[in-house]
Amino acid sequence: MSQTNALSRNTPPSKARFGKRLYRYRYVYLLATPGILYYLVFKIAPMWGIVLAFQKYSPYAGVWNSPWVGLKFFKELVTARVFPLMVRNTLVINFISLAFFFPLPILLSVMLNEVRGEGFKRINQSIVYLPHFLSWVVVVSLTYFLLSTDVGVINKILFSMGREQITFLSNPKLFYWIVVTQSIWRDTGWGTIIFLAALSGVDPQLYEAAVMDGASRLRQIWHITLTSIRPTIVTLLIIRIGHMADVGFEQMLLMQNPLVMSVAEVFDTYAFNQGILRGQLSFGVAVGLFKNIIGLSLIFGANMIAKRSGHSGIY
Amino acid sequence: MSFQFHQRRSGWDVANYIVLAMISLTSMIPLLYVISISFTDPAVYIPLRFQLLPPKASIAAYKYILSTNSFMNALKSTSFITLAGTLCNLIATYTFAYALTKRGMPLRKLMIGVITFNLIFSVGLIPNYLLIKNLGLMNSYWALILGGLTNSWSLIVVRSFMDSLPKELEESATIDGCNELMSFLRVILPLSMPSIAAFTLFFAVGHWNTYFNALIYLSDSTKWTLQVLVKSLVIDSNSGGVGASGAAAALGDERVLPQETIRMASIVLSMAPILCVYPFLQKYFVKGVMLGAVKG
Repeated sequence: MSQTNALSRNTPPSKARFGKRLYRYRYVYLLATPGILYYLVFKIAPMWGIVLAFQKYSPYAGVWNSPWVGLKFFKELVTARVFPLMVRNTLVINFISLAFFFPLPILLSVMLNEVRGEGFKRINQSIVYLPHFLSWVVVVSLTYFLLSTDVGVINKILFSMGREQITFLSNPKLFYWIVVTQSIWRDTGWGTIIFLAALSGVDPQLYEAAVMDGASRLRQIWHITLTSIRPTIVTLLIIRIGHMADVGFEQMLLMQNPLVMSVAEVFDTYAFNQGILRGQLSFGVAVGLFKNIIGLSLIFGANMIAKRSGHSGIY
Repeated sequence: MSFQFHQRRSGWDVANYIVLAMISLTSMIPLLYVISISFTDPAVYIPLRFQLLPPKASIAAYKYILSTNSFMNALKSTSFITLAGTLCNLIATYTFAYALTKRGMPLRKLMIGVITFNLIFSVGLIPNYLLIKNLGLMNSYWALILGGLTNSWSLIVVRSFMDSLPKELEESATIDGCNELMSFLRVILPLSMPSIAAFTLFFAVGHWNTYFNALIYLSDSTKWTLQVLVKSLVIDSNSGGVGASGAAAALGDERVLPQETIRMASIVLSMAPILCVYPFLQKYFVKGVMLGAVKG
């Protein structure tokens, strides 16, 4: 194995060599075939769909006969009445989530790291990871069982106390907070995995030495625990910033109802609602493309900042 | 465990244990509540009365749901998609990831480039939708199975897992005359078991929880998946304000049972397989995933 590696690395790529190498790796290619075909058909082929954003596509005329319209759909998007709302919703949800959701897995990992009973720690981990495996349909359903007016626990309690019911799910003021709380409930535990893995590599002697030096628990957490996961925190923060244009699509779609549309519409749901439900395919492609290009530039931007500030980039 | 440093158990520890126990409780309570209500006897059910435990337990709601065609159809669809889909995922992901560990393979750099690019850019919903349509996969389970055959994240994690395996084992297999096909099957796959266990769980949960793709690709209601059915039972009959008969109407039945217990029982049934399998596989997933992710 290693010999062929060395050989193929040293030889300049020429056609004859290339064919020989293809033959040499015929079994590897055989194994890779399903994966390669998948990427060709389902990932690379749909790229032609990008052109639809620049023409008035009609399924009957096809791609070749549909008229070109240039940037018409992008102009329509940025001048649409919902556009500023979608920008606001995306930003607000992401900032609330950055401020309230992002620190929680760090906090929970530190707490779990302080636990010395292995059994207690393991049971806790198993329980807090579990919600991550529930679908958004289930999480949203659970939200209904908590907050709705007909079966919601809170409204049942209010009712039994003779108080007036609260319409949580159709109140635009509460919407952002409900969505972020759902994400917190579902994924805080899951988010601890990466920190706990980083912490498992910390030498226990560091803590011992700190105790010898008379460091309190809080100081140990600050100087040892948090210091050792700082690179992980920075990396995840950069990734998080790279995804500031993303809002959970299924979650938002499931939480939408006519009364909260002004706070619940984001680019992905708008692309679906306009493109597929209303059949404006080209417009839907333009909306999706617009959002994905912004997302891509955010990721590159975050990566560049990371590299500039001396951290290794992520991609 | 040879040497453990003992510190005094302080009030700090006690507080930490209590808060952690409360966090775990918060994770579990919604599920326990739903399970508890789903077992309420219809005879003692009163709408809008708060209860934590059913005054009288019964499995009427479960019997009812399991007797409806729409639920059984959804169960069949979802089971097929999950079993066939997971198997296809595992095959495509592990074979491709193995190929990507072969540094001399022509075009390897290009393949890794395409995979990484797909990690950060997707062409969007509608081109994928049109692709499935053009391939004639509309209303077919294969739209869901082939459409998500593998993904960049899994490939990258599995590849770095395989890279972390000792190279000597495969080399000695090569010397014994194994080609890559045989050493993949006989050396690499057996060594990848912890990773395979983790990804079996991820893929299976992904298929079982499929909602959106099933919604747009499977228009025939007899092919609906559980998540689509549960959504129409719980959320639509709730937010639409259509009224009490929503859930039963969605199940195509008008027998009188409290809507709430039916809805809750359907949620419980839709989570049941995950809750059953999870305890047995969960010890693998951290290991199987972190081996790749920390390095990468």
